[in-house]
Amino acid sequence: MSTATRHKLEMLRTLPSDAARQIQWSFADRYDLQMLVQSVRAVARGPVARLVAQGGRNTHEWTPGKAEMLEAFDHSGITAVFMDLEQGGFIAGPRNLALALVAFELAWVDGGAATASLAGCLALAPIHERGTPEQQDRYMKLAAPPQPGEDRKPWRGAFCLTEPIPYVGVDTGMLDGKIRIVEWKPGEEPILQVEKRGRFITNIGFANFVTAAVDSGDDRIKGSCMVILEEGDPGIFDRGTATKKMVHQLSSTGDPIFNLRVPASRIVGGYDIKNGVLVPRYSHSEVIEAVFRRTRVTVGVMTAAKLLSAVEPVIRYQRGRFRGAATATPGSVRYEMGLQAREDALHRLVDVWATGEASASLAFAAARAFDELDPLEREADRIIAERGVSGTRAKAKFLRQVSDEAASLLRLMPGDQRKEKLQSDTLMRFVTLDSLADILCPAAKLWNTGWGAQMMREAVSLMGGYGITEDCPGFLGNKWMDAQLEATYEGPEAVQRRQLSVTMTNPVFLAQFRNWIREMRGIASERPGTGACTLATAMTMWLWTLERLQHSTDSDGGKLYQSARQGVTFPLADALCWLLAARCQVLDVLELDRRGAQDSSVAEGLSGLVNFLSDLCHVQTARAGGEAARICAELVFGYNRHPAWDEEGYRGCYQQDELDALEGFVPGIAACATDVIAGDGSHPSKAGPCAKCNGAEQFLTLHSKLATCLTGSRLAKDRAAEAVSKLMIPEVLDYPA
Amino acid sequence: MSNGYHIVVCGSVVPDPLQTLEPIETPAGPALKNEMLLPAVLDPWAAHALYEAANLAAHAAGSKVWLVSLGAKAKLRQVMMTIAQKVSFELVPIDGPASGFADAHATAALLAEAIQSITGLDRSRLLLFGGWESASRGAGVTMQLIGERLGILDQFQGVDQLRVQPDGAFEILERIEGGRHQVSLCQGPPALFGWATGNLPEPRNNPQIGMANMRAIMPALQRAKTAAPAPDAIRYRSASPPKQQRQTRIVKNLSAEEIAREIVAWIEKA
Repeated sequence: MSTATRHKLEMLRTLPSDAARQIQWSFADRYDLQMLVQSVRAVARGPVARLVAQGGRNTHEWTPGKAEMLEAFDHSGITAVFMDLEQGGFIAGPRNLALALVAFELAWVDGGAATASLAGCLALAPIHERGTPEQQDRYMKLAAPPQPGEDRKPWRGAFCLTEPIPYVGVDTGMLDGKIRIVEWKPGEEPILQVEKRGRFITNIGFANFVTAAVDSGDDRIKGSCMVILEEGDPGIFDRGTATKKMVHQLSSTGDPIFNLRVPASRIVGGYDIKNGVLVPRYSHSEVIEAVFRRTRVTVGVMTAAKLLSAVEPVIRYQRGRFRGAATATPGSVRYEMGLQAREDALHRLVDVWATGEASASLAFAAARAFDELDPLEREADRIIAERGVSGTRAKAKFLRQVSDEAASLLRLMPGDQRKEKLQSDTLMRFVTLDSLADILCPAAKLWNTGWGAQMMREAVSLMGGYGITEDCPGFLGNKWMDAQLEATYEGPEAVQRRQLSVTMTNPVFLAQFRNWIREMRGIASERPGTGACTLATAMTMWLWTLERLQHSTDSDGGKLYQSARQGVTFPLADALCWLLAARCQVLDVLELDRRGAQDSSVAEGLSGLVNFLSDLCHVQTARAGGEAARICAELVFGYNRHPAWDEEGYRGCYQQDELDALEGFVPGIAACATDVIAGDGSHPSKAGPCAKCNGAEQFLTLHSKLATCLTGSRLAKDRAAEAVSKLMIPEVLDYPA
Repeated sequence: MSNGYHIVVCGSVVPDPLQTLEPIETPAGPALKNEMLLPAVLDPWAAHALYEAANLAAHAAGSKVWLVSLGAKAKLRQVMMTIAQKVSFELVPIDGPASGFADAHATAALLAEAIQSITGLDRSRLLLFGGWESASRGAGVTMQLIGERLGILDQFQGVDQLRVQPDGAFEILERIEGGRHQVSLCQGPPALFGWATGNLPEPRNNPQIGMANMRAIMPALQRAKTAAPAPDAIRYRSASPPKQQRQTRIVKNLSAEEIAREIVAWIEKA
C-alpha cells in the first residue's frame, strides 16, 4: 500500500456500489436501512427529479406538483422514518443514521426535497424529545402516514423559532413571540394567548400544526417554552407570504402570523404550577438544544450528497466534451477522452470527489454517534436520577466529576487495565461519547456545508457554461446555490464555530484526540498510502497550537483563547473540522478494506476501489494538513508584533562595524547575517528586522515535518486522476435533468 | 378457489440496463465487464410476472407466492432491498451464475429442483410464473423447460392477462403477431405462464411489506444452496454487443406530431 510501491496495483473499475457504501458507512448489517435507501432513491430519482426537470423550482408558491412529492414521501416510508414502531414507523431504535440516509438520497437530487422531508421531522422533534406522553401519542400518530385500510391525510408540521423579524435565523437568545394567560378558572387548565410571527418557516404553506418558541409576556408564566399550535385553534393562523428564496424551492417557506388561544397542555413537555405561577418544564432553549443537536447532522449530509452526486455527470461531460466536433473523430484522444486528456480537469474532479468522501464520512460518523448516544443518554439520565441528583446545576456538577475521571482514564496508555471502565461504566461511556457528539455535529454542519459550498462551485465550474444552465445534468447549478442555504439554516457557520470553540476544549474530547493521533500513526505504519501519517502530524500541530493559544497573550497582553476572541477560536475550530473529516474518511476506507471481501459483489473490485479511495484519503489529508498548518501558523505568529526599525528592533540586529570585527574571528559570519545596520544607520529595505520564533521552535519543527509529510500526496493525486479517466460509468444518468 | 393458488415465480437478477454492458472473454467463458460490480435489478420480465402473481394472490384467499431465483447471493440480497418492499412473497434463492451466458437447460434444471424442494407446495394448486423473455437470458426456453421437468402441460407464453372465471377456469391473453392477442381457456392449475408485460404498474415501495418479507428472506439467503455451473454445458464462439448507436438530441419546442414525423423520416432514410 505504500506510496512508493503501488505503481501497478489494481485500479478503480466502476463507481462505488451500494454494497461498498453500506460497508463504508457501517450499515451493511442493517437491511432496514438498505431498504430505506432504495425506497428513498426511487422517490428522489423519480418524482422529485421529474418535478425539478419540469421546472418545479421556478416558483416560490406551494404547487400541486410539490404536494404530490409529499404524498410520495408518505407512500415510500420517508415520512414514517421518524416514527416509533407503535406510532406507525418501521425502524426500531434510534434513527439518526436513518434520517441521514434519507437526507443523503433526497439531496442527491434536490436539497429542497430533503428539507421538506426533514422539516416535518424538525416540527415533531420537540415533541419527540421533550413532549409529554400525551403529546407524543397525539401528534406522532396524526403525522404518521395512513396504514392500509385507513382513510385520512397525515398531519404536516412546521417548526417556528425566529429571532425578531425582519431578519432570519436562529439565535436562541433573541426570542420573538409571547404567551399570556387569558383565562384561568379555579381548578381548570389555563388558557393561553399565543402571539408569534415567524420568518423563513419551512413547511408553513401546508402545515397543520406548528411547534413555536415563545417567551413569557405574563408575570404568571415563568420563562420561555415551546408551544404547539394547530390550524383549527381559535384566532389567527395566517400562513403569510411565500419567502422569495432563490434556493430549495421544492420546500414551502413563508412568514406566518399566529395569534391563537390554546390550552396550556400544548406547552411542550408540560408545566407545573408553583406559587400561582405556570412554570414550563422545559425552556425553549432546552428543547431546541436537544433537537438541533441531532438535526444539524442531516444538513451536513445533504451537502456531502451533492458533491458525490456531481462526480458521474462531470465525468460524462468531460469525456463527451468534444464529440460532434469535426476534428474529434472516433478513436482519437479528443473523442475518447475529451477533457479528461487534461490533467487539470482530472485533478479538480479528484478534489471534489475527495471532499465529498470526507464530508460524507464525517456526517455519517456523527449520525452513528447519535444513534449510539440516544439510548446511552436515557440510561445515564436514569442512573443520575437513581443517585438522587436533580436540577440542572447539580447534574452538570455530577457529570463534570465523571468527565474528569473519564479524561484521566483516556490518558492512560493502551492496554492499561483501568481503561476497561471506560467501556463497562455507562456514565463513562456517556460522557465520552457525548463529548464526541458535541464535536461531530457542529463540525459536520460547519465544514460539510461551508467548504462543501465552495467545492460545489468547483464542480459547477468543471461543467463549463453548461454548469449554470437548467439543462446541466445532475442539477449542479441548483445544488451549488442550495449548498449556500445549507451553510446558513439550522444555525449558521458562526453558531457552529462558537459551539466548537467551547466543546473542543473539553478534556474528555482532547484526551480522545490525543489517542487518535496515536491511532493515525498506527494506521500509517500499516497503510501509508492513506496519508494517515500526514494527518497525525497535522493533528499534533493543532493540539500544540490550541494549548499554546490557551496560555498565551497577544503583543498587547490580551488573552488569546477566550470567548470574545473569535479571530482565534473560530479559525482553530475550522482547522479541527478539516482534520476530523479526513480522519473519518480514512477510517471508513479501512472498514471497507477490512470487511469488503466478505461480500462477493464488493470483493471482485475491492483492491482497486480501496486503492483509489486510499489515494483520495491521501489527497484529502494533504489538503487538510495544509489548511491546518496555514491556520495554526497564522494564529501562533499572527498575534506577535512584527519588529520595526526602532531602538528595540535594532537590538536584535548586527551593526556593520561589529560584524566586520567578528569576521576576523568567525570567517563568513557576515554572509549569514540578514539584519545589518550600516554605519550611517541605514538598514535593509523591508518591513523590519526578521521576526524571531522564541518559544515556537517546536511548532516550526512540526510545521517543517508536516511539509515533508506531504511527500507522495501528489503522486496519489496523479493515480486517482488516472483512475478517474479510466473507470466505467453508466450509459446515462439514472434521473432526468 | 377456496384454498387459493400456490404461485411460484421464477426470476433472477440482471444488470441495471442504464449501465455500460460490455461483453468480455474470461477463462470461464464470455461475461460482462465488471458485472459483479454493477448494480442489478430484478429481470423486468420476471418482475411483471411477480407483480401479476401478487395481484392474483391478493384476490384469491389462501394463496401464497414464492420467488425462486438463481443468482449470485450478494446480488440477490441487493435486489431484494427493493423488490421485497413491493409485494409479499417468500424467496427461494439459489446461489449460482445468473449471467446472460448461462445455459438455459442447466438453469431450468436447477430451478425445477428448487421448486420441487419447496416445503408445503401443493402441486395441484401450482401456477408457475416467469418471464416470457429475459433481459439477459434471451433463449426464450427456460420457462418451457422448467414446465416440462415439472410435468406441467398447460403452458402459455407472451401472457398479458390472466382472468379467473367464475368456475375457476382461466382466460388467458397471449401475444401474437400484429399487436393482437390469442384468447385461451384453461381449466385451472397446474399451469405455466410466461408473462409479457401484463397490465399492472410497478407497485410502490412499502417499507412495512419490506420489513415483513425480509424477516424470512435474510435467513433464506443465508441458507441458500450453492449451485455449480454444469461444466462445458455450453460454449460460445463469440459474443458482441447489439449493434446500436445512441444519438441524443435535446429538443424542447417540438410538438409530439413533429417529433413523430421526424422519427418516421429517420427510419425511412435508414
